[in-house]
Amino acid sequence: MIQYVIRRLLQMIPILVGVTLLIFFLFTFFGEDPARVALGSHATPEKIAALRAKWGLDKPLIMQYLQFWREILTADFGRSFVSGERLSEMFKQGALVSLAVTMPPFIMGTVLNLIVAMLVAWYRGTAFDRFMSVIFTACMSVSFLVYVLLLQYFLAYKLDLFEINGFIPGLKGLPYLFLPWIILMIVHFGPDVRLYRSILLEETKADYVRTARAKGLSEKQVMFKHVLKNAMIPVMTYTVVEVPFLVMGSFVLEKYFSIPGLGDLLVSSVNTGDFPVIKGVTIMIAVAYSLFNLLTDVLYALVDPRVKLS
Amino acid sequence: MSNFSSGDAVLKVEGLVTSFRTDDGTVTALDGVGFDIGRGKTLGIVGESGCGKSVTSLSIMGLLPSGVGRIDAGKILFEGKNLATLPEEEMRDIRGNKIAMIFQEPMTALNPVFTAGEQIIEVFMTHRNMDRSAAYKAALSMMEMVKIPDPERRLEEYPHQMSGGMKQRVMIAMALACKPAVIIADEPTTALDVTIQSQILRLMQDLQKDTGTSIMFITHDLGVIAEMADDVVVMYAGQVIERADVVTLFDHPLHPYTKGLLASIPHVGQHRDKKLSTIRGSVPSLMNLPAGCRFYGRCPYRQPECEQTRPALESHKGAHEVACLFAGRIDAGEIKPNYEALGGE
Ligand SMILES: Nc1ncnc2c1ncn2[C@@H]1O[C@H](COP(=O)(O)OP(=O)(O)OP(=O)(O)O)[C@@H](O)[C@H]1O
Ligand SMILES: [Mg+2]
Repeated sequence: MIQYVIRRLLQMIPILVGVTLLIFFLFTFFGEDPARVALGSHATPEKIAALRAKWGLDKPLIMQYLQFWREILTADFGRSFVSGERLSEMFKQGALVSLAVTMPPFIMGTVLNLIVAMLVAWYRGTAFDRFMSVIFTACMSVSFLVYVLLLQYFLAYKLDLFEINGFIPGLKGLPYLFLPWIILMIVHFGPDVRLYRSILLEETKADYVRTARAKGLSEKQVMFKHVLKNAMIPVMTYTVVEVPFLVMGSFVLEKYFSIPGLGDLLVSSVNTGDFPVIKGVTIMIAVAYSLFNLLTDVLYALVDPRVKLS
Repeated sequence: MSNFSSGDAVLKVEGLVTSFRTDDGTVTALDGVGFDIGRGKTLGIVGESGCGKSVTSLSIMGLLPSGVGRIDAGKILFEGKNLATLPEEEMRDIRGNKIAMIFQEPMTALNPVFTAGEQIIEVFMTHRNMDRSAAYKAALSMMEMVKIPDPERRLEEYPHQMSGGMKQRVMIAMALACKPAVIIADEPTTALDVTIQSQILRLMQDLQKDTGTSIMFITHDLGVIAEMADDVVVMYAGQVIERADVVTLFDHPLHPYTKGLLASIPHVGQHRDKKLSTIRGSVPSLMNLPAGCRFYGRCPYRQPECEQTRPALESHKGAHEVACLFAGRIDAGEIKPNYEALGGE
């Protein structure tokens, strides 16, 4: 197991080299001159040249690329062009805020949706099941933005149940997160429950289910022991791929609730051409994605005995 | 000469009618199926694919897909109860306990995410109220009983770590766990290769001798029937068309379909009449059955009456029963087969 994890971590190195090369060349050959962007359109050529020298942009490409790696390895991506803040600080802050927005509803939502899906699958074919399908379809046909605007209007503005606008990092910001959590859970409710329900029902057609019934097991044991454990494999496939993106936060929610997460940071830096930020975030996503892939595989091995980590 | 259905039957099926609701309408998969299984005996059920063998076993087990399949008429008598109308709760006490089942596909019939041990232990915990450690010991002795080498280690293994024959032994161990009165084996060896197949058959015979269990053995392999069965039921398109003890059936088949089936088994050193070697044509669709004999379209002995008159299963000699209007005259040699009438070669 540990050997496997180490080997997988080593395998991440070539992937990261590829990603860095890609980012490096895209920014070097297709991006604008960062110094020019940073200094604005009125800067004199001398000033630009001076800044280029300061940032090492006049050095040979290979040196610049190695410099990029040093930034990655030390997790120090320099400073933002725009605000001058240290990027490592900004990322840490942003990622924590983003996770605070996305992680709790992801965990609560997944558990809750799985429970609802089991209920619906248990009562499959009944009026309850049909009623719930209508609800899911209705939930799914409303767009994310509509939820944001409607819920903000009714729950926060009209009924004054939730705080919006004014988020501050730390525990004091917690009340501002409740409504975003609810929105994220509602948005995932329809599609997730529908998916889990169909995964569970697909499993009930398997031969081993007939065997379990032929043994005289109760329908509860069949569904919640035999079917559920098998269904966890595809359920995991669908949920774990979302995990790396949780770090990125929800750009829409961060915008509408003025929460300074990573999603918000990335979008504003694209607008202002803040290259170090974009570079840093891209690398972070690549690393997070590889790490969570590894986590997925390890989780698989825990659930599915047929999967061997080797 | 025939000793079929000697008074001591463990399981009696009478006039069983089972239908399925499908998108194209209702399909009557079993239409008046009846037979007895003698205590400690093996009843073989043969018939082509789709004739209703598995539906028969699922009807007995109460495992028809809910909302789709149902028993419309008939009785399944077992220990003084009619399983056809027994409430699910009581049925659950019987399943895996008094009537157990072995399925065809050892590859998929076991749950891939639980160990073999866990899957056997469950049976004891459900029906015998054992705690886990007692159930573990019982499972271990079952593994020894079905002659699985290194049983402690095998109990910890998952199905994918076992060969097909080993998995089928685990299935048999599960089925025998509660010493059931009847084991329904639905083509238990079809998916296995020949040497493993005969090992498993031998094992089932030995265990039957030791435990006195009755077996309902479903197969379309007449060779296996000859080896395993005491009595035989031949099914065709959802009906029983002939039943007899195994010796009578093989020596003296009456129904033209049975004659055809037997003629299609290759015999060593025998020059086979090519015309008899296969039954031409295919089983009629259950959605669109003829008014008369269901075998009419393929029967070389057919007579004009057969097209409209449905033959009932009637006693021919003693307990040898056959559903053919002309069985007697065919048997006496008064009606000769006419293959040309069925369309040329
Ligand atoms: N779930 C179902 N829905 C609809 N019809 C069904 C269903 N199961 C069985 N049937 C019908 O019952 C008929 C008999 O099926 P069954 O599985 O008993 O055949 P079988 O004799 O076991 O064949 P095989 O040798 O291939 O296993 C089928 O031809 C089909 O028309
Ligand atoms: Mg079958």
